Amino acid sequence: MKQFLEGSWAFADAAKLCRPGVISAYPITPQTHIVEHLAQFVANGELNAQTINVESEHSAASVVLGSQACGVRSFTCTSSQGLMLMAEVVFNIAGMRMPILMICANRALSAPINIWNDQQDSVSLRDSGWIQMYAENNQEAVDLVIAGYKIGEKPRVMLPVMVCVDGFILTHGMEVVDMPTQEEVDQFLPPYNPPYKLDVEKPLSLGLLGGPDVYIETRYAIQKTMEDVLTILPEVGDEFKKKFGRESVRLIEEYRLDDAEVALVAMGSVCGTIKDVIDELRQKGQKVGLLKIVTYRPFPEAAVNKALAKVPYVGVVDKNISLGATGALYTEIKAACSHDKKISGFVMGLGGRDITKNSIESVFSQSKEKVNSCTFVDLHNDLLWEEFRV
Amino acid sequence: MKEIKIFARAGQGAITTAAILGEALFYENKYSYAFPHFGAARMGAPMNAFLRFDEKPIRLRSKIYEPDYIIVIDPTLIESQNAFAGLTPDAKAVVAVRPETPVPQASGVEVHTLLAEKIATEIIGRPFANTVLLGAFAKITGAFTLDSVLKAVSKRFESKPAILQKNLDAVKKGYESV
Repeated sequence: MKQFLEGSWAFADAAKLCRPGVISAYPITPQTHIVEHLAQFVANGELNAQTINVESEHSAASVVLGSQACGVRSFTCTSSQGLMLMAEVVFNIAGMRMPILMICANRALSAPINIWNDQQDSVSLRDSGWIQMYAENNQEAVDLVIAGYKIGEKPRVMLPVMVCVDGFILTHGMEVVDMPTQEEVDQFLPPYNPPYKLDVEKPLSLGLLGGPDVYIETRYAIQKTMEDVLTILPEVGDEFKKKFGRESVRLIEEYRLDDAEVALVAMGSVCGTIKDVIDELRQKGQKVGLLKIVTYRPFPEAAVNKALAKVPYVGVVDKNISLGATGALYTEIKAACSHDKKISGFVMGLGGRDITKNSIESVFSQSKEKVNSCTFVDLHNDLLWEEFRV
Repeated sequence: MKEIKIFARAGQGAITTAAILGEALFYENKYSYAFPHFGAARMGAPMNAFLRFDEKPIRLRSKIYEPDYIIVIDPTLIESQNAFAGLTPDAKAVVAVRPETPVPQASGVEVHTLLAEKIATEIIGRPFANTVLLGAFAKITGAFTLDSVLKAVSKRFESKPAILQKNLDAVKKGYESV
């Protein structure tokens, strides 16, 4: 049913519809409303789950690792510093092949302390073995949560899933969302039935010492599974579309790319702004388009290569920066494409710096002018040392 | 697409106002994207809430710099926050004023003022001007009907029956006052 909802409310609702048995999370701006709503659902008796209060994100992640290992579908969510504190456990969760679902409300990292949006937090954990999907809007986020459990829990996958939503922009943004019913979600998402779990009748150990004799094989197994996910995820996407009528669950989305001369590549809510700019520039006769990366891990290299095959100029929008190198997405797009393509990288929106239509227009024109691997957009020169000014 | 910027102090209900506006528009099959100024404002600090709406889903995620409409909940912010800056030609402003507030002037802007805090104090018992302003906004802009705002207010206050009827009356009084 269509409703006008705050993002966090919609995401909490989506998590509830997946019937997690254990929820553990530590509140952090801008994720807090999600936890609050879920706690309320449990307190009201609307959701039969245990919420476990903890003293830190490290413990929250550890709790859901334990509950998931016992065969219970588990949910957590965090943001920024919280995700950093979880990091050790985040890698463990993937290594133990526990299909937990986490919502990451994307926010900048300290220092300086900044509660506003960018994607540095989740991008910094791209190597952890989690499937990562980025939502453009609240509807997509809801859909990715529901499909995320289904993808991660496939016996052939058994990997955790991080659904990334831009902090404030989506978490605190209110918009119309078509919320599936419990019956529909129950039909789509069967109860969690893991191929292995901690069970006193059938003792099992998880996360033990894995020496040079076995460790590299565990990494290889995850890597091969990630390759499989590139096929499995779109299959679940087709199932999702059949059930709910929406195409949210996919590797990439192509927007007006067919005859595009310049294309931007981006992840998350900024894709909406880019689409509006594309429609305006197209009206003026400029051939521009967008390649939206929905699934960042596994990285859909072949799909990216195919989508951009005929586009001569590409600009990659990164809401993160691998300091000392370039934006993270830029390096991967560059690696996925042929050498003759002109690919530029743009770092923007860090720490909540507003990305306006003008910013995007400027990125489109700069992408065609000159190749530059790492251009920071909308810098305030008055805040910079003279020799750093642009 | 139309854009609305709301001026208030944290605690005066700017986000609630944006939420009710979005809900009312939703009842008329319009799409909107309502969002607060993303900050960590303390009670009493100047803040904004925003809403843009259209016949089709909203994709634009930037802040609003050139609003078609402004709603000023706290008249002390008109000057300090430069509330009339950036307005589009033919913009409309719905402004809560106090008896001592000079009537704001802005060229090309249709300014509607009302003693919203006074009305709210009389009806609700506290100077929460926002529901009064919502009624006035419906009348002035025709963006949605009075019925849609009343329905949206009813939904928003469904868990607070003690203040629901008072707020519905406040909306109606605001509608009649402009």
